[in-house]
Amino acid sequence: MLNWDLLSNALVSGVLLGGLYCAVAVGVTIAFGMLDIVNIAHPAFIMMGAFIAYFFNANYGVDPLVACIVAAPFAYIGGRLMYRLYYLAFERHGEESLQGLAFFFGLLFIIEVGLLLIFGVDYRFVEARYIGPGINIGFVSIPWRMLLPLIVGLLMVGGVALFNAKTFTGRAILAVSQDPGALRLVGGNPVKIKEIAFGISIATAIIAGALLIIIQPVEPSIGRDFIGRVFAICVLGGMTSLPGTVIAAMLLGIAETLTTTYLGPSWSPAISFGILLLTLGVRPAGILGR
Amino acid sequence: MSLHSTGNPAISEKRARLSARTIVPLVGMAIAIAIVFFGLDWVGTDYGYLAAYTVLQYVVLATAWNILGGYAGYVNFASAAFFAVGVYTSVIVYKTVQLPLIATIPLAAVAAGLLGLAVGYLTLRLRGTFFSIATLALSVVMNTLVVNWAFVGGSRGVYVLRPQNIDYFGPYTRYLCIVMLIMAIISVLIARAVERSWLGRGLAALKDDEIAAECAGVPALRLKLAATAISGALMGAAGAPFPFFVTYVDPATAFSLSIAVNTIAMPLIGGTSTWIGPVIGAVLLGSLQQIATVTISSALNLLIVGVLMVIFITLAPNGIVGLVQKIRERRT
Amino acid sequence: MSAASVLSSRGVVKRFGGFTALTGIDFDLGPNERVGLIGPNGSGKSTFVNCVTGALPCDAGKIDFGGTDITDMAAWRRARLGLARSFQIPRPFRGLTVRRNIEVPLAFAAGMSDQREIERQAEEVLVRVGLAAKSRKAPRSLSQVELRKLELGRALAARPKVLIADEAMAGLSDSEVDEILVLLMQLNDSGIAIVLIEHIMRAVVRFSQRVIVLVAGAKIAEGTPQDVMSHPEVVRAYLGQ
Repeated sequence: MLNWDLLSNALVSGVLLGGLYCAVAVGVTIAFGMLDIVNIAHPAFIMMGAFIAYFFNANYGVDPLVACIVAAPFAYIGGRLMYRLYYLAFERHGEESLQGLAFFFGLLFIIEVGLLLIFGVDYRFVEARYIGPGINIGFVSIPWRMLLPLIVGLLMVGGVALFNAKTFTGRAILAVSQDPGALRLVGGNPVKIKEIAFGISIATAIIAGALLIIIQPVEPSIGRDFIGRVFAICVLGGMTSLPGTVIAAMLLGIAETLTTTYLGPSWSPAISFGILLLTLGVRPAGILGR
Repeated sequence: MSLHSTGNPAISEKRARLSARTIVPLVGMAIAIAIVFFGLDWVGTDYGYLAAYTVLQYVVLATAWNILGGYAGYVNFASAAFFAVGVYTSVIVYKTVQLPLIATIPLAAVAAGLLGLAVGYLTLRLRGTFFSIATLALSVVMNTLVVNWAFVGGSRGVYVLRPQNIDYFGPYTRYLCIVMLIMAIISVLIARAVERSWLGRGLAALKDDEIAAECAGVPALRLKLAATAISGALMGAAGAPFPFFVTYVDPATAFSLSIAVNTIAMPLIGGTSTWIGPVIGAVLLGSLQQIATVTISSALNLLIVGVLMVIFITLAPNGIVGLVQKIRERRT
Repeated sequence: MSAASVLSSRGVVKRFGGFTALTGIDFDLGPNERVGLIGPNGSGKSTFVNCVTGALPCDAGKIDFGGTDITDMAAWRRARLGLARSFQIPRPFRGLTVRRNIEVPLAFAAGMSDQREIERQAEEVLVRVGLAAKSRKAPRSLSQVELRKLELGRALAARPKVLIADEAMAGLSDSEVDEILVLLMQLNDSGIAIVLIEHIMRAVVRFSQRVIVLVAGAKIAEGTPQDVMSHPEVVRAYLGQ
């Protein structure tokens, strides 16, 4: 017995959730997909963004999204510094595989425990006018707190795509993603390009954090649930492709809400892993890959 | 490395020195263990055994992790998942056939080894980073499975009764401690054997350059699968006594963050290139944490481990063993 | 396929996305033969080597090694059959000493198990390629020509029937090129068929009994060095029109 009401609601919320997933995964597509920097700490930076939003919202009543958009340039600078350290310590020596992974794992862990020590294990949430009301179309209801992340998430991916297409730096990022040697030939510095791109990646994570805490209450350890998700999206989307990222994010969102609807919410964390393993095992090039 | 002379004086002398270098720490370890045990027996409190158990458990985990991570260069983030497979195998056995612990351990090892094979088979053919990412997600999935599995307690957890005393060994905590000690010794011996065998040579080659290793006839995928299975099996074995150690198991303790982090931090801080590195890292960090939990919170404790790990991999990528070697080289 | 050849390919095709790197290569190598494979940059030489040795899968065609179809065989199995290669850019095992580098193919490709015998033969290989003095050194302490010799030593230690030397002399001085050429000749004298992929024409002409020219993923000429060098298409491809 298929309940159309339930199904269409699930599909719509899947797409809405996919909007959030676009925002959380776009940074991974840039850093890991395009530039081969395996930043497994990305979800920790998302949590950092969520708690920045919480801090300014709870203490000063600032809109969560505004707080994180203001914080994003600082995150960009922090990201550049972090990549520089990573480059000097590991990538330069070709040691990025083992030590580099452990480095990011350490960062992930330090951020998570740091947030835990500052904010504790309680779930935190933000307040804003758009959290609560929604719009109803037929028997499908769309809450604003889900619609806003969808819009912002798509804008973020669109912004990155525009940046890559229109600016010299953006085109250089695409060039580095195809061949690090080629850029050097035309006088660009791949290390500098990667540094800028990594800064952008971290900035997107902070904004994604605001979207996350708008959608649901957060506590520091839920960041771990996003590791499987962001990499599943990146791999399924074909690593370097931004349209692929959007499609994969939507697919994952729909798959998770369907699972939640029909099997219960406790199973949904396993979905991303299933998709990740299946993609790696069957079609490592992703949906849009050759 | 064989002990026989080949007639070349330089080589045979080097061999003699090498073997002395490996025998001395082994003997030293045995003496240290004996002292600790007699000391614990003399103190006669449960706390001593419990602390020693935890440290020894980390020796097993760190040594196991290093067989894949240190020798082959493949980073496994799912040590907690492999450990938990051992824990829950033990829980299942306890709730069904009630085998003795000694018989449960091999079962736990097999279960975790098979998990290693399965994940490895799907992801080890790709670049190493994909394997690592898959293992990161693996912990989440295994956690989800256990949370949804009411038979093993689900998210509420399960109580395990243990006897107060056991024949020949005295208090059960002492018995657990001896079991873990034997497992620690066996894992170190296995790691040492892997390191010196053709398996270790092949892993070392593919760690440096997988394509060149394949062209030298190294069956890279098979060796990686073997290493993943051995490593996973040892982690699973380390988990088997755990339910009897804590007497109450829930997903949060079985998949604890401290296991995931310590298992990686210990070999990296001790040094990943030889079997002794993880042992040094585990004994040092494990003991420090046992002392520190009395005075500071466990979260802060873990934060210190994380920070130490990042400092070490950034500034001393070859760990404590590498630092000692460097000092030795400078002296000569 | 010709019964006399130890290594042959028929119609090997390799595509990278929309770009066809090899358009269907037929290739034969006789026992103990010395063949030069030349062509401008991007002509598909290295891709061909990668397909033959198993580093890349072919999209179409067949590869045969001493009567065994190796088209879909894993690289390590090909190495064990006796197909060895050296890399264009030396790829030593950086964490292992020079001698341990040589021991890897002895233990795996050649399938030896006695450690003492492996060590003895490794030293022998090092003497043969002129690296005996560097036995216990780390690869990073080696010069460019020494790294090339290590590459050849590692290929040699696999006890191959066929050696594919991918630009074993690129970037070396004239006297160093001669050193490597002498070494390759000695290996050939001991019964190993060799495919030499090279840019340095002088070396190819001196070394090869037969030369094959690849341009844009297709074989455009084949014959004795003298014939090939005067072939109009080769002249055009090399002098660039």
